[in-house]
Amino acid sequence: MISIRDLHKYFGALHVLKGIDLDVQKGEVLSVIGASGSGKSTLLYCINGLEAIQDGAVTVDGTDVHAKGTDINKLRQKLGMVFQQWNSFPHLTALENVALAPRIVKGKSKAEAREIAAMQLQHVGLGEKLDVYPGALSGGQQQRLAIARALAMEPEYMLFDEATSALDPELVGEVLDTMRLLADEGMTMICVTHEMGFARDVSDRVAFFHQGVMEEIGPPAQIFGDARSEHTRKFLANVR
Amino acid sequence: MEPTLKFFSGFAPNDLWFMGEAALRTLWISVLSISLGTVLGTLFGWMLYEGRRAATLTLAPVLDVFRSVPLIIQLVLFYNFAPIVGLNLDPFASGTVILTVYTAALVANVARGGIEAVGAPMRRAARSLGLSYWQDLRHVVLPIGGRAVFPSWVGVALGVMKDSALVSVLGYVELLKASQILITRTQEPFLILALAGAFYFALSYPVSRYATHLENRWAQ
Repeated sequence: MISIRDLHKYFGALHVLKGIDLDVQKGEVLSVIGASGSGKSTLLYCINGLEAIQDGAVTVDGTDVHAKGTDINKLRQKLGMVFQQWNSFPHLTALENVALAPRIVKGKSKAEAREIAAMQLQHVGLGEKLDVYPGALSGGQQQRLAIARALAMEPEYMLFDEATSALDPELVGEVLDTMRLLADEGMTMICVTHEMGFARDVSDRVAFFHQGVMEEIGPPAQIFGDARSEHTRKFLANVR
Repeated sequence: MEPTLKFFSGFAPNDLWFMGEAALRTLWISVLSISLGTVLGTLFGWMLYEGRRAATLTLAPVLDVFRSVPLIIQLVLFYNFAPIVGLNLDPFASGTVILTVYTAALVANVARGGIEAVGAPMRRAARSLGLSYWQDLRHVVLPIGGRAVFPSWVGVALGVMKDSALVSVLGYVELLKASQILITRTQEPFLILALAGAFYFALSYPVSRYATHLENRWAQ
């Protein structure tokens, strides 16, 4: 379980997250929606410790992410993350991209790591592209490569930070399909997204962020059909 | 009748050996200085990138001095003044020290540029996979940033190799010094300088060809 308690995050004087309380259960798919700058992405960075926090706590399966003694590199193995920019390693083939972390972080043998990598690339539909360099892949394929790379560490949670925002419209579908596939397999996911269709159809709950505050959270039907907050209704009216 | 005393003798095939040996010394002092300087410069570049204020205040001005003062002045000053502080170095050692520091000063900026070229998003992605700071540096930043600045580094390396000619002023018999010796004896500066130039070319050209080959391979 991911547990967030009274989380405050500042960038200098800018108060980006203003006391977030949130629990995400194993197996749950949570979509986080809201305008740009509302703090959604920062929330993900705070969950896997890529950003420090100023107050409150984030715990993952009982481990305090931001505590001094926490082995953050070990904890991050549980928390796969996919970014808006796919960030494939350009000097490695698709297979090597995925095999790198299992080999050097988990200490798997080269053969073992390659086997895991081939399996995960198959999983996201890139089984034919094992020996291709990222430069020869489309944006959608590179994003699926990024998903495979995260999955190769056998994470228990997946964090998606606007995984489809940087893609050409015709490539969004293949990435969303891959995310749907993971959700169907029971992966615990937190998806910061602008894809309202995905949020409505796939998530168990949807959280709406507004200016650093979690304005409301609930089942998709309630958020999309009967939002309590004025801000949520206004936002949804604008994105539709 | 006694034959006239001959002060000068023409260029002989033997002299080609002499120049060849000197070219090897040029190669040796260059390879040594460039290797040591690259390691040191990469370390400096990393310090400049990470160290922020401390490094900008201390390291950067020192490197600026080594980058800005003509190499020949650095060599003469160091060779002549090092003994004052008890460092009795021969011309080869003095030349190596100065060429190494000079290379390091140039490589530091190249290396910093390489780290910057990788960019924060790429490094966050690497760290999110569980790579430690050092694993990220070794397996992501080094290969990606290294390739980005490789052409600049090759430029520095070839420049230093040619600049190693200046070590001749300390009396180290590398290619240029050897040429000067031969010119004094044969009085054939045109031939000998042309030969020396050919030797430098023969040292540089394969390096630059191989570099181009590597760049093309990486571009795929």
